[in-house]
Amino acid sequence: MELLINLTINGLSTGMLIFLLASGLTLIFGLMHVLNFAHGGLFAWGAYAGVWFYSITSSFTVALIGAIIVGALLGFITERLIIRPVYGDVVPQILITLGFMLVISEMLKVVWGPNQIAATVPPALSGSWEIGDVLIIKYRLFIILMGFLVFGIFYYILKRTKIGLIVRAGVINNEMVQALGINIKRVFLLVFMTGAALAALGGALMAPYSGVIYAEMGMDFAILAFIVVVIGGMGSFPGSLFAAILVGLAGSYMAYYVPDLSLAVNMIIMVLVLIFRPQGLFAVKG
Amino acid sequence: MTILLEINDTHTYIEQYHILQGVSFQAKKGEVSVLLGRNGAGKTTTLRTIMGLNPASKGEIIFNGVDITKKPTYEIANMKIGYVPEDQAIFNGLTVEENLRVAMRKEDEAAMERQEYVLNLFPDLKKFWKKDGGYLSGGQKQMLAMARAFVNEAELLLIDEPSKGLAPIIVEKVMEALVEMKKETTIVLVEQNFYMASQIGDTYTLIDDGKTIQSGLMSELIHDNELQHRYLGIG
Repeated sequence: MELLINLTINGLSTGMLIFLLASGLTLIFGLMHVLNFAHGGLFAWGAYAGVWFYSITSSFTVALIGAIIVGALLGFITERLIIRPVYGDVVPQILITLGFMLVISEMLKVVWGPNQIAATVPPALSGSWEIGDVLIIKYRLFIILMGFLVFGIFYYILKRTKIGLIVRAGVINNEMVQALGINIKRVFLLVFMTGAALAALGGALMAPYSGVIYAEMGMDFAILAFIVVVIGGMGSFPGSLFAAILVGLAGSYMAYYVPDLSLAVNMIIMVLVLIFRPQGLFAVKG
Repeated sequence: MTILLEINDTHTYIEQYHILQGVSFQAKKGEVSVLLGRNGAGKTTTLRTIMGLNPASKGEIIFNGVDITKKPTYEIANMKIGYVPEDQAIFNGLTVEENLRVAMRKEDEAAMERQEYVLNLFPDLKKFWKKDGGYLSGGQKQMLAMARAFVNEAELLLIDEPSKGLAPIIVEKVMEALVEMKKETTIVLVEQNFYMASQIGDTYTLIDDGKTIQSGLMSELIHDNELQHRYLGIG
């Protein structure tokens, strides 16, 4: 039983990190119809920014806020300079965002050097609790709580505020939103910056979790995030949470019980979803 | 009567296709101007061009004395122009209430009074207030699309084929609502149902192959069987 609880906590914490990356990705795709392959790079920048801010302030709160700001600023630059000129053109979008992913990953090496950098868990969140035979690692629990907190905040914004309503309407039909007098380009920019900030927050939380950061780390997680977006349904925020938890848990259980399948399990889930429910588990109603 | 909307020799391309090749007409304040023509004549594109959704490549569109030809869609809409597209474009995943809220520029007391007024025009919508737009029938979706365009004060409404695909009894309801809306605003209506068009239209513009063929008073067209036969396939 204790093993199952530990595997579940591991899976949930990994799932939450994927969720932070995938939630921005799904909103960006749902609203703007942009496949942003540079999203993983924003995640890596968040990790580096978090570690850097932590190294100079010794405050993990500042590190997380700093990473969010860096992510949002990078999101602003990416949307304005990279994405905006290719709205509506899928092939140029893929090429330019893939290219930008490589550029921003290499820029990390320019700024912080080519070697891996160690990241430590802040003292307040290090260590573990022992409840009976169950060992609960504090930092993993913190990641899970952060994931649910972020989900709660954004779910509230999407469901209860006017801007959330506009974003949901835009995911369904952004042309009609414009015809109602709303400047959709401003909404695009806001959503893109928010998505980038969430990715950066995910990266900053990931750094102490994995212990080391490296420039290409974004690509590994971005693939999982794309799988989550497909499983959850393009444009669905709750769908990305459900799918991220599913992918996180499946990876965790399989890594222990059927290690040979641990890498393939996410692909298997995605293929099953594509066969039986190609619009995703939580498809947005058009 | 004052001219509210004036379209002069407008040309529009959609990708490489030259859809509008010289559309011109005027809509006077307080009147219903009906755009008539066969399928594919360019009526829908004319409305989309006015809204800036398919911007004009040539010609000019003047609304209330302001050239809106090159303005972005949201600015055009904010000049108090409401738009009901041919496919209604209801946000299916949002409730009826949310469909109206997303359109409302303000949510103050005056806006709520306006919403109540619009709901009285389309009372069926109240029954489905908390239901997703996707659950509505075709007629209810049409009413919601019209209510959404009218929930803010509109100086001009562009309505594209409101009777399309609807049962006769629903068409009657839509027509009653249009008659009420006409008392408050100017309407440019695209309509294939000539009976409906002739009942509420003050003026008409015949469009064929992307060009304006003729404009005039609806009362004259009603008695011109030859014109009806040649361009509308009726009479």
